[in-house]
Amino acid sequence: MEGAELAGKILSTWLTLVLGFILLPSVFGVSLGISEIYMKILVKTLEWATIRIEKGAPKESTLKNSASVGIIQRDESPMEKGLSGLRGRDFELSDVFYFSKKGLEAIVEDEVTQRFSSEELVSWNLLTRTNVNFHYISLRLTMVWVLGVIVRYCVLLPLRVTLAFIGISLLVIGTTLVGQLPDSSLKNWLSELVHLTCCRICVRALSGTIHYHNKQYRPQKGGICVANHTSPIDVLILTTDGCYAMVGQVHGGLMGIIQRAMVKACPHVWFERSEMKDRHLVTKRLKEHIADKKKLPILIFPEGTCINNTSVMMFKKGSFEIGGTIHPVAIKYNPQFGDAFWNSSKYNMVSYLLRMMTSWAIVCDVWYMPPMTREEGEDAVQFANRVKSAIAIQGGLTELPWDGGLKRAKVKDTFKEEQQKNYSKMIVGNGSLN
Amino acid sequence: MGSRSSHAAVIPNVDSIRRETGFSQASLVRLHHRFRALDRNKKGYLSRMDLQQIGALAVNPLGDRIIESFFPNGSQRVDFPGFVRVLAHFRPVEDEDTDQDPKKPEPLNSRRNKLHYAFQLYDLDRDGKISRHEMLQVLRLMVGVQVTEEQLENIADRTVQEADEDGDGAVSFLEFTKSLEKMDVEQKMSIRILK
Repeated sequence: MEGAELAGKILSTWLTLVLGFILLPSVFGVSLGISEIYMKILVKTLEWATIRIEKGAPKESTLKNSASVGIIQRDESPMEKGLSGLRGRDFELSDVFYFSKKGLEAIVEDEVTQRFSSEELVSWNLLTRTNVNFHYISLRLTMVWVLGVIVRYCVLLPLRVTLAFIGISLLVIGTTLVGQLPDSSLKNWLSELVHLTCCRICVRALSGTIHYHNKQYRPQKGGICVANHTSPIDVLILTTDGCYAMVGQVHGGLMGIIQRAMVKACPHVWFERSEMKDRHLVTKRLKEHIADKKKLPILIFPEGTCINNTSVMMFKKGSFEIGGTIHPVAIKYNPQFGDAFWNSSKYNMVSYLLRMMTSWAIVCDVWYMPPMTREEGEDAVQFANRVKSAIAIQGGLTELPWDGGLKRAKVKDTFKEEQQKNYSKMIVGNGSLN
Repeated sequence: MGSRSSHAAVIPNVDSIRRETGFSQASLVRLHHRFRALDRNKKGYLSRMDLQQIGALAVNPLGDRIIESFFPNGSQRVDFPGFVRVLAHFRPVEDEDTDQDPKKPEPLNSRRNKLHYAFQLYDLDRDGKISRHEMLQVLRLMVGVQVTEEQLENIADRTVQEADEDGDGAVSFLEFTKSLEKMDVEQKMSIRILK
């Protein structure tokens, strides 16, 4: 059975290599510099590709990045001016012009819908999935692309899947084991060690390169950590640099197993689906958690859904009503190396993870920001907006007042009422009527 | 890989659409991009729900009427040519449109066609006249619950009276056009797509 022996030998050499170069350094939080070399090569290749594309592309046909520049000429004057300021304030047949124009402008381009699909790149990064606007340039570029496909799918993907597998198994086994110990500082230390090691392994499973800025503001115990949400990987990125107590719904399947294992080692806050609807119950449990200063800071994503990392949408006020210190964190991914946005209507979790593992790398910046608390006379909504602005400015993202829930649901009628009110004031005036 | 040709070829019947609507190749490519972005489930056509998902349209008081204008004759789907046909009404009037060959059909973005689009937002039953009742309905859409029925009826009566010339109690398309002859329709009903 020479074939089987050979296969067995290859597998064992492979595993030893993985163990030596990746797993052990993860335990100690040390890096061997392999990822850095990989990134350097990658950056050089992509720069070369960009230059080739720019040389080859005729000036007219490349589509400019339409995410940041509008495609229609907008007239942002308020309703009063738009409805013709010349005549008196009475209803005219032509008033429909204003509303129909605004309506059609929204159909051609609106700020929100584009945030629920991946950001368009300015130059191609040699991944098939981003090749929406780019044309055939040269044979050499195509060859490099083919090489890229081979490297990504045949070399990187198996490695990453192995690592992910090891990482998750270690997490489940490790936390279950640690959970058997009685409560003590040893348990906490071990639980931290297990969490950090497994997260580092998982991050390497994605070839993640993360830069943490301002580590002195890292969230402290008894606080609430708040961040913008782009994908489930956000959690992984944050927990690699510190331990948090997570908040969320209990899931079934693999996620459920992981959740149940994790909660044995350190107190996370998992809710049943029915409990999530009861906002008071949720607030109560969270308040209890942060009141205990020995417990880890809570990690919350107030947007409530994944946005494509070009903007920050409305922060739901629930997280800001709990009290306590808020530690804002801004996360910005570099889309050149891999698109981290999870479009949950397009991809399910498994295909999303596969896409992640076949990208070049996940590169992101994490900025910790100084803690904020609610000021006197500020209500939860204003506080939420203040935090949102701070995160948007730090991460270089646009700020939008719209609710991320627009991804799935229709907008509330209250917004329409505002427009109707404005218009009514104009045609009816202060009670006087023609 | 990489041998994808120019995008205009992806749009079916692009030449006939260009002739009919007057949009440039580049504009059509952008609009096609937008059409595909709105078509969430990649069906190849848009349903009412796809358009209702646009936040800024849903808060527009005339949002539902505008959505309806994309689905003439009771259809439930709008394909790309239909989509662009409606948008063509809002194409800015350019010099090349004004010296048209009289034998060719009127361009979709002519003053008359722009006015007709607006007229149809009022004239729900498509009988060619805006009755007092239809006027009231549109007014109610635009003001919501902010104005009383009586005030609204006064406004509707006054507007119909001012525009109605032949005294039939309704506003025909001709009367509509006449009452708006001084209005700069071309500018107010135009959306310029940047190159």
